[in-house]
Order: sequence, then C-alpha cells, then structure tokens
Amino acid sequence: MATLTAVRPAFGGFSFDNCKRNAVLEIEASKVGCSVPSARKTGTTICGVVFKDGVVLGADTRATEGMIVADKNCSKIHYISPNIYCCGAGTAADTEMTTQLISSNLELHSLSTGRLPRVATANRMLKQMLFRYQGYIGAALVLGGVDCNGPHLYSIYPHGSTDKLPYVTMGSGSLAAMAVFEDRYKPDMEEDAAKQLVRDAIAAGIFNDLGSGSNIDLCVITKNKVNYIRPHDEANKKGVRTGDYKYKQGTTGVLTKAVTPIDLELLEESVQTMDTS
Amino acid sequence: IVPVAGFSPQGAYGVQDSLRSGFTSVKNELLPSHPLELSEKNFQLNQDKMNFSTLRNIQGLHAPLKLQMEYRAARQVIQRLPFLQSSNLALDTLRNSDESIGFEDVLNDPAHSEVMGEPHMMVEYKLGLL
Repeated sequence: MATLTAVRPAFGGFSFDNCKRNAVLEIEASKVGCSVPSARKTGTTICGVVFKDGVVLGADTRATEGMIVADKNCSKIHYISPNIYCCGAGTAADTEMTTQLISSNLELHSLSTGRLPRVATANRMLKQMLFRYQGYIGAALVLGGVDCNGPHLYSIYPHGSTDKLPYVTMGSGSLAAMAVFEDRYKPDMEEDAAKQLVRDAIAAGIFNDLGSGSNIDLCVITKNKVNYIRPHDEANKKGVRTGDYKYKQGTTGVLTKAVTPIDLELLEESVQTMDTS
Repeated sequence: IVPVAGFSPQGAYGVQDSLRSGFTSVKNELLPSHPLELSEKNFQLNQDKMNFSTLRNIQGLHAPLKLQMEYRAARQVIQRLPFLQSSNLALDTLRNSDESIGFEDVLNDPAHSEVMGEPHMMVEYKLGLL
C-alpha cells in the first residue's frame, strides 16, 4: 500500500532498476552456456581531413553484431546542423541517439542566438555529455564542419576527451586509415585530392579490417555547400553469377500431349458489402 | 539528496520508514546497482550547486540567494496536487533547460509513466497525515 506512493519517477532519464537483475541473468546464462545478446556495433573506419576550403568526412558502411554483418549499407555520417556533420563509430544506437540529441540542442541554441552554430559548440556539448556518462555511452565520433572561423575537425572519444587536428581517424580500422593519412597528407590540399585521399584511407580500412566493409560514403563540407555523396565508391560489389543452370525452352522434347479440362460448378455465391463510410 | 556513501533511509529520525517506503534489504541499500546510478541521481543538484557557487563568486551573495528564492517559489505552491503531472515550466525557464533536450526528456518521461500513485494516499503522504 505505502510503496505505491513512492514509486512514481520524479524525473526522467536513465533508469537503473534492472541492472541487478541483468547482472544475475548474465551469470546464470554463462553457467548454462549461452550468452546474452550483444549490442550492434559499427566496427568501423571513419576519418576526416581538413583541406583548403573545408572538410571532407568519410566512412564505410558495415554494421556488425558480434561476428555477423547486421547491415551491409548503413549510413554513418550523421547530420548535426546545415554546416556540421558527424561520423560515428562504436555502438550504433549510441552514436545515432547522441548525434540526434546534440543536433536538436544545437538547433535550439542557434535559434536562440540567431547565428549559424559553430563546430566548437557541438564539440563542447558532445564532450560534456559523454563525460557525464563516464564512457558507458560507447560513441567515438569524428565531428567536422565549416563555420564563421573556417573549417574545423574534431575527434571525440567515448569517455569525453577530444582532439582538434587536421586529419583524424576512428574505429576499428583507424590504424589502417591513419597509415594512409600519415603517408600522403599535405596541408591545404585541393578538393579532389582530399576526396581521393579520404577514399583511399577508408578503402585501406575496408580491405584490412574485418569490422569495416561494403561501400565508401563521403561528405564534403565547404563554406556554402554540403555534398553528401552516398555511395562515393562501391569498393565491394556483390559478385555476379557468370553461368546459369536454367535450361532453355525446348531442351526436352515433347512426345505426347493430352489436355483434360476440369469443370467446376458454382455451388454458392454470397456478396458481403464492406462498410467504407 | 542521496549522500555519496550510500542510501540513507527516508523516514523520521533516520530510521527506515517501513510503512511509507516498504521493506529494506541490506544488499539493496548499500550497493548501487550501477556505477552511474548515484551520480545521475544527484546530477541536477550538483549542476545547480556549481552554478550557484560560480554566480556567487562573480556577482556576490545576493545573486544565488535571489535565484534560490525564485526556484523555491517555482517548485512549490503554484504546483498542482502531488498525483497530477506538472510540466515544471517555470522551473525549466529559470534553469534555462527549456532550450535544451536531454535523455530525461526522451527516456522515462514522467508524463508517460504507466503507474499512477493513488490520489488519496499521495495527498496524505505530502501533508504528512499518513
């Protein structure tokens, strides 16, 4: 009777009611031999590069669930504001929800200030939120955009630390992509050279890392224009069958043919009108 | 406020108030079920404390005092009866959280909760008559 009065949540947000139960379930399940279902990760290669007039962001398109590919063509470059985009690696739901929340907050903020939002604002909002949850929100992000102060590129780690650099990579394929960047990056590149560099970096991640695969998506952000190229390059096309086991018409010769019509008599017919009012 | 050391019983004189908050179990009380549970419970309070102390350092003691008086007013009398859902608009405006969205607006929104406290019980609880 009395416990009912205390049950209402005074505030929303995360509810930790089931944590103890989940911990017990996990122990019980591992005793029996099965395992609890794992969250869908994006096991990714994402990267970004600052060039002369703006920022190029690139990502692969594979989402994995343990050892299985869950989505062959998912979109990892998320919209934050008209001049800011963010690539996300880590737990797919976390990156999706985090970027959507920050995008809404930035929109409200820019309506309040009356100005185009800055990349530094998005960076600070993201890092404060991720630090608040102490890394339990598994979102590793590459944030890039062009604002009144020029092009900016940030990398944000799940625990809340950020780096502001001219070229960054994140995800399981980050080492492969970073190798390409370290070899061929030059400051103040042209747009086409930057696109080619990002494409090659993501391709290195796709071909050398099991967690990344399928196509390459690019997003080129300049002062007045955003070019979201999806897909920029289908590095892994599914194979096309070269032969066919179907036989042509007339392969088997017809010896005799007998046609028997089956007559069905109409027993009962009833019409039921639909009430479409 | 939930102190850092653990959960403290909510009844009078610090003794567990079984009639109001049900039975207790040592394991449930002492250990939080998730490392974030305590920090999340106190998050809003800690934010407010930090903001007030910054405000005091910048503008002097009067600023947080006046603001806290307004918070208390917004939270209190103008509120509805305890079992009715209130949107806390005045409080949100004071805190500037009417221009931001967070997990507390998306997950477990109290306005959408499936259980409702029994009206008579809740009013008596609030008035201390229970």
